[in-house]
Amino acid sequence: MRALAASCAVAAFMVSSAAHAMNTDVTIGMQLEPPNLDPTGGAAAAIDEVVYANVFEGLTRFGPDGSVNPGLAASWDISEDGTEYTFKLNDGVKFHDGSDMNADDVKFSLDRARAEDSTNAQKALFAGIASVDVIDPLTVKVTLDKPNGSFLFNMAWGDAVIVAPETADSNASNPVGTGPFAFKNWAKGDAVMLSRNADYWGEAVKLENVTFKFISDPTAAFAAMMAEDIDAFPVFPAPENLPQLGADPRFEVVVGSTEGETILAMNNKEAPLDNIKVRQAITHAIDRQAIIDGAMFGYGTPIGTHFAPHNPDYVDLTAQSAYDPEKSKALLKEAGVSDLTLTLKLPPPSYARRGGEIIAAQLREVGINTEISNLEWAQWLEQAFRGKDFDLTIVSHTEPFDIGIYAREDYYFQYGAADFKAIMDDLTGETDPAKRSALIAAAQQKIADDAVNGYLFQLARTGVANAKLKGLWENAPTQANDMTGVYWSE
Amino acid sequence: MLGYISKRLISLSASLIVASILIFIVIEIIPGDPAAFMLGINADPDAVEALREQLGLNASLVSRYFSWVTGLLQGEFGVSYTYRVPVSELIADRIVISLPLTFYALVLSTLIAFPAGIYAASKRNSFGDVSVMGLTQLGVAIPNFWFAMLLVLVFSINLRWFSAGGFPGWDQGFFPAMKALTLPAIALALPQASILARVMRSSLLDTLSEDYIRTARAKGLNRRQALWRHALRNALIPVLTIIGLQFSFLLAGGIIIENVFYLPGLGRLVFQGITQRDLIVVRSVVILLVFAVIAVTFLVDIAYAIADPRLREGAR
Repeated sequence: MRALAASCAVAAFMVSSAAHAMNTDVTIGMQLEPPNLDPTGGAAAAIDEVVYANVFEGLTRFGPDGSVNPGLAASWDISEDGTEYTFKLNDGVKFHDGSDMNADDVKFSLDRARAEDSTNAQKALFAGIASVDVIDPLTVKVTLDKPNGSFLFNMAWGDAVIVAPETADSNASNPVGTGPFAFKNWAKGDAVMLSRNADYWGEAVKLENVTFKFISDPTAAFAAMMAEDIDAFPVFPAPENLPQLGADPRFEVVVGSTEGETILAMNNKEAPLDNIKVRQAITHAIDRQAIIDGAMFGYGTPIGTHFAPHNPDYVDLTAQSAYDPEKSKALLKEAGVSDLTLTLKLPPPSYARRGGEIIAAQLREVGINTEISNLEWAQWLEQAFRGKDFDLTIVSHTEPFDIGIYAREDYYFQYGAADFKAIMDDLTGETDPAKRSALIAAAQQKIADDAVNGYLFQLARTGVANAKLKGLWENAPTQANDMTGVYWSE
Repeated sequence: MLGYISKRLISLSASLIVASILIFIVIEIIPGDPAAFMLGINADPDAVEALREQLGLNASLVSRYFSWVTGLLQGEFGVSYTYRVPVSELIADRIVISLPLTFYALVLSTLIAFPAGIYAASKRNSFGDVSVMGLTQLGVAIPNFWFAMLLVLVFSINLRWFSAGGFPGWDQGFFPAMKALTLPAIALALPQASILARVMRSSLLDTLSEDYIRTARAKGLNRRQALWRHALRNALIPVLTIIGLQFSFLLAGGIIIENVFYLPGLGRLVFQGITQRDLIVVRSVVILLVFAVIAVTFLVDIAYAIADPRLREGAR
C-alpha cells in the first residue's frame, strides 16, 4: 500500500514536472538567526521558526489555527480519571539517520526533558508527568500526578519534540528529527538549508529545498525582498515598508496574529506600584490605539488582559482599563501619590523602544515622570527580569497560553496572588471544556481586576511573501514557519 | 635589522598579553548571563542553573581566564555557548569572507587612490587637482552604509545586476563569490580610497619640496621624472601607515557593511556574540583581531625599515 502511494506520488510529480518545470525551492527570510537548532535546549523563537514541524515533530502538533492535532501519535486514549494517556504511535516513522522512531524514543525524550539536570527552557510543561512507560514499540503510556487539561497542548510545543538518544546531544548543530524535511547545511551567520526527507512517514511535501536566510537589518530585508532574493519574510522587520510592498503586484502582505501579548509590566512589590490604585491609574493613562498607531504602524489588536484575542476563550476587558486621563489623575490623588518618577526599562524590540516613548509621554500627561533606559536583551534579563530592578518595562510574552506566569510569585512582575493561583490549580485539574472556559475567563478577569500590568496589544504578525507562494501560515499559534503545506502556485 | 625586529616582537607579545587580560575582564564585567539569554523569559530557574553548570560558567574567574589562555596557546578557542560548535570553526567560516572582502576593498582603494593622488600632486592647483580633491572630500564625507544602500538601490533593485546581499560560498565558484563581494567592497573602498588619495597627494607634495628633489631637478630631471624616480618612494611611508591602519579597520570594522549586505563576516559574528552573551566567541574573535592589528603594525614597521634605511640604522 505504501509502495503504491509512493509510486503514485512519484508519478504525479513526474507528470507535473513534465507539464512545466515546477519551482520546488523556497527561500524564507528571518531577522534573527537561531543560536542552535535544538528546540529542547533553548528558548529562542528562531529555533522553532526553522525546525518546528519541518525537522522535528512531537506526539501532537499545532495546526495553523492553533488547534492541537495528532503528530507522531496517531491517536490516544485518556483514562477515566484523566491521569493516564496511552499514545498509539504512527507506524513506519524513521529518524533522518535511518533509525526507527518508537516508544523508547518517546520515553527517552520525555524523561530527558523532565530530568533533574534538564536544560529544557519549558521544563514546566513536563512537571506533572509521574512516569512514562513503554507498552510495546508503538504504544506508550504517560501517567500524570493529577489530571492536566492542557497536557496534549503541552506536548505540541517545540520543546516537547521527540528526539533519538543517539543524536540528542548533537541536535544543536546537526538536528536529526522525524519531520518531512531533513537538515542539510548551516552556513552560520547566513542560512540554514533543509531538503525533503524522501522517507517521510506522512503525506509527502511539495517543496524540495527550503533555505532560511538571516537578515537582521530592516533596510537590507526590504532590499532583499525587492530584489527577489527572498521569497517570503513571514515576520517582516520593517513594517513602515509594508504599504509599498503591498502595492507591488509581485508581493502579498500577510497580516495575522501571534501569541505575543505585549504588556507594560509593573513591579508589583515595589512601592508605590504595590498600591493597586497607582497601577490602575497607570492603566487608565494609556491610550492603546495611539501606541498601536504610533509604534506599530497600526498593526496590533488592543487587549485588556493577558490573553490572545483570537483564542475562543478570550474575554474583551479593554473597557475596564479604558483611556481616561481624568480618572487616572483622580486615582493617583486617592492613592496620595504626587510627583511620581518611575524607571521604564526597555529591551531592544521596536515595540518596546517606540512604544516606550509614547507611553512615557502619556504618563507625563497624568503627572507621572519616567526615566527611560534602553537595555540590550542580556542586560534586560539580568537587571529587570532576574534582578527585578525596574518599575516599568515593556515586553511581549510570545509563548502560547502563558497566563500561568501570573501564578509564579517570583516571576519578574512579582504578582502571584493566592486566589489567582487557586484558579490556575483548578484549571490544571479540570478536563471538562465548559468548566475550563469558565476558569480561563475568571483568570483573565482576576489579573485585569488587580491591574497587575498594563495590557497593551496583541503583537501582529506582519509578513510579506511572493504572491505565487501559497500555504504559509497566516497566524502564529506557535513560533514556527511550518513549510509542510507550502507550494508554488505556478 | 635583527635587533630591530626582535624589539618589535617583544613589544608585540607584551601587547597581546595585556590585551588578553583586558578583553577577558571587560567581557566579564558586562552584565548578562548567557544561560539566561538562551532559555528566555519563560524558563524554569533550575534549567538555567543546570545550563550554567553545563557551560562551565560556575567556575572561578581566574581559572576560566587560564583555561582560555592555555587553550589559545594550543590553538583551541573553546566551544561557543550558543552555537555549540568550536569557535575556531565559526571563525574559519567567517574569515573566508572577511579576509577576501578586506583585501578586495584594499586593492580597490589602492588602485583608485594611487593614480588619483599622484595625478593630483603632479598637477597641483590645476582644474584636475581641484576636481580630484573635491571628489575625495565627498568620498570622505559620505557614510559608507549610506553609499552601500545607494549601490543596492541602483545595482540590485533597479538594474538587477547583483543580488542585494548574501554570500553564495566559495564552493559555488570564484566568480559568483567575488561578484557577491563586489558591492560591499566598493562601499568599503570608497571612503578609504578618498583618505588614501589625499594622504598620497599631500605626502608627495611634501617630498617634492625637499632639497634632494631640487637637486635632482637641477641635475636635469624634469618634474615628472623627479616625482617617479625620487619622490614617490619616499612619499610612501605615511601612505603605508594608512594602508596598515585601513587593513585593520576593514577587517574588524566592516560590520555595518556586513549588515547592509547581510554577509556572514567576522564583524557580525562579534556583534551576535555580544548580544547573545556568547562570551567565548566574543573574546576569541576580539583577541584574534587584536593579533591581526598588532601583526599588521609589525609588518608595516618592517616595511618602514625597508623603505627607510635610517630606521634600521637607528635601531642598531
